[in-house]
Amino acid sequence: MRGIARVGFEPRLEVSAAVRWSHTVLSVIGALLCGAGLLDAAGVDPWAAYGHMARAGLLGSYALSDTTVKATPILLCALGASVAFRMRLWNIGGEGQLLLGAWAASAVALKLLPTSAPWWLMLPCMMVAGAGAGALWSAGAGALRAYLRVSEIITTLMLNYVAALWVAYFVFGPWSDRGFPLTPSFPASANLPRLADMADRWPSLSGLTVHAGVLVAVGAAPLLGWLLTRTRWGFELRVLGANPSVGRLAGMSVTRHAVVAMALSGALCGLAGMCEVSGVVHRLQDRFSPGYGFTGIVVAWLGKLEPWRVVVVSFLFGALLVGGKEIQPGGVPQMLQGLVLFVIVGSEVLLRYRLVVRRAGENAA
Amino acid sequence: MTTTFFVNLMAAGLARGTPILFATLGGVVAERSGVMNLGIEGMMLVGAMTAFATARSTGSALAGVLAGISAAAALGLAYAVVVVYLRADQVVSGLALGFVGTGLSAVMGAPLVEQREATATIPSWEVPGLSSIPVLGEVLFRQNLIVWIGFALVPLCWLLLYRTRWGLAIRAVGEHPSAADSMGVPVYRVRTISMVFAGAMAGLAGASLSLAVTPGWVDGMTAGQGWVAVGLVIFAGWDPFRAAAGAWLFGAIRRLPLDLQAVEGLPLFRNPNLGYFLSMLPYLFVMAAMVAGSQRAMRKRLGAPAALGLPWTRGER
Repeated sequence: MRGIARVGFEPRLEVSAAVRWSHTVLSVIGALLCGAGLLDAAGVDPWAAYGHMARAGLLGSYALSDTTVKATPILLCALGASVAFRMRLWNIGGEGQLLLGAWAASAVALKLLPTSAPWWLMLPCMMVAGAGAGALWSAGAGALRAYLRVSEIITTLMLNYVAALWVAYFVFGPWSDRGFPLTPSFPASANLPRLADMADRWPSLSGLTVHAGVLVAVGAAPLLGWLLTRTRWGFELRVLGANPSVGRLAGMSVTRHAVVAMALSGALCGLAGMCEVSGVVHRLQDRFSPGYGFTGIVVAWLGKLEPWRVVVVSFLFGALLVGGKEIQPGGVPQMLQGLVLFVIVGSEVLLRYRLVVRRAGENAA
Repeated sequence: MTTTFFVNLMAAGLARGTPILFATLGGVVAERSGVMNLGIEGMMLVGAMTAFATARSTGSALAGVLAGISAAAALGLAYAVVVVYLRADQVVSGLALGFVGTGLSAVMGAPLVEQREATATIPSWEVPGLSSIPVLGEVLFRQNLIVWIGFALVPLCWLLLYRTRWGLAIRAVGEHPSAADSMGVPVYRVRTISMVFAGAMAGLAGASLSLAVTPGWVDGMTAGQGWVAVGLVIFAGWDPFRAAAGAWLFGAIRRLPLDLQAVEGLPLFRNPNLGYFLSMLPYLFVMAAMVAGSQRAMRKRLGAPAALGLPWTRGER
């Protein structure tokens, strides 16, 4: 008997909802504390910065409207990431799929359809083009994964850079508006309606930039939840994610599911790009996305890949982006996103295991 | 004309490929021990920023390099604690590490952005005599010191992995941690040290970017090279020599658009917008290299380290 206490882990048999929620909340608080330390080291007053972010992101109708605008593409990208992550396919290419979706939607609005096209033709065509382009872009990586076992992490990541250069070529080159790195504005029929558009009838709505894309995004959440939990397809996806060999033995096609899951994932991200150009920017321009695709990955994981949780977390991250916009130096929101994810993932061991302290000499089971 | 073009391309390719080579070598060692590290990009950025800031304030490039290495190694240690001891999912924590590093370097490096030019940089080294050999001299013997460190580290890493007890322990832990454990190899410690080494190499990669290849600090200056290194580790089949070939080839392809613009008589490249497509080449090259690498791996059954990415708990199988 040496009397030295040893810390060990014991597996938990079940995890209650209360433990799950408190884990999420405590991890976020822990991450904010770590972030405060780092901000302090960088010469920024962390409490003033956090207070400003909460005020700018959450207080008042304008703040809530801006937050919802930012949350819309995040939510779509996070839903997209959830689909692929359910099958343990790591689609890190949400950003590239978003860019390509935005590009395809812009092609429809600027080049393929006449400017006189009515909105009921224009907007659905743009949505189909955006989702389709995103789906094709990621299905390629899915097929490489399924048939040639090429890591989808790397291919989707590399395709992000290719997509960014592709968009840059068009906005600097053939589609450029008088040499500026942006295209001419879309025709009015290609813009998703905003609350502010109704300001002449209800003056209190003026300045609220929330656009109809949020309906698309929030509508996609229950649809996806139904697909993932109530259909045979969703069941097979979860089985293949949890244990591919069981799925294979039960006759499920791993390759087909991989391509389809990646395509659906990319379609949602592409739709996010369409909503952003059609509802916010109203044209295609260089670097219009501050990394929504990457934020979507963090949000999907924090939402534990469940669509309704993802909706809540997206909104909070929208507030983080809005509130962090004016904080100098830039990069604070990105750092906090990473920290939150890091702390959540790092402390997940406490969900799966119980911490036990025992004396040396007592035998572990 | 064509000789100068290729000489320039090869010389610049070696220099540009060297930071990626450092990061890839670190990745090879970490993955051999079974730890997957997707956070290289973030660690490189933190290394680059710290090295640049330290070199500016102390006036010494060596101090800068050492600071960059230690900062990134500290991140590697934090990552190792999370994935080795706390058994977190390695893909998600690696991504998180990437985000943290990118954001942290942006926050900490913000005051440096205005002072773009570096004061102390890693010097070039002209080998007396040898540097006047026509082609070879320009490609090999007028290079920055980091290129020579790269030349030295490739065989050293190979020796470490295949000819030392440490290397045996690293490979055993990555293939079959339970068997290694029963032979008395401290699995957690070996994995942690490998990961700290990978962090240090990523820091060296960042420092050589901000102090030698493109001296200065620009937000997000790695431009995806850390992710490229993750891909090259797989392409290299977890072998240091193949890692060197991949990294230098990538460096040359990355340099290609710049060099081609200087070539006259190529009507294709008159249109400056085509540069965007040339800039896609390095990323497409990595994808092609990964496809080729996976084909070879499947044919020769040279797989990844068997325990790659799997958390291991003593007493559980």
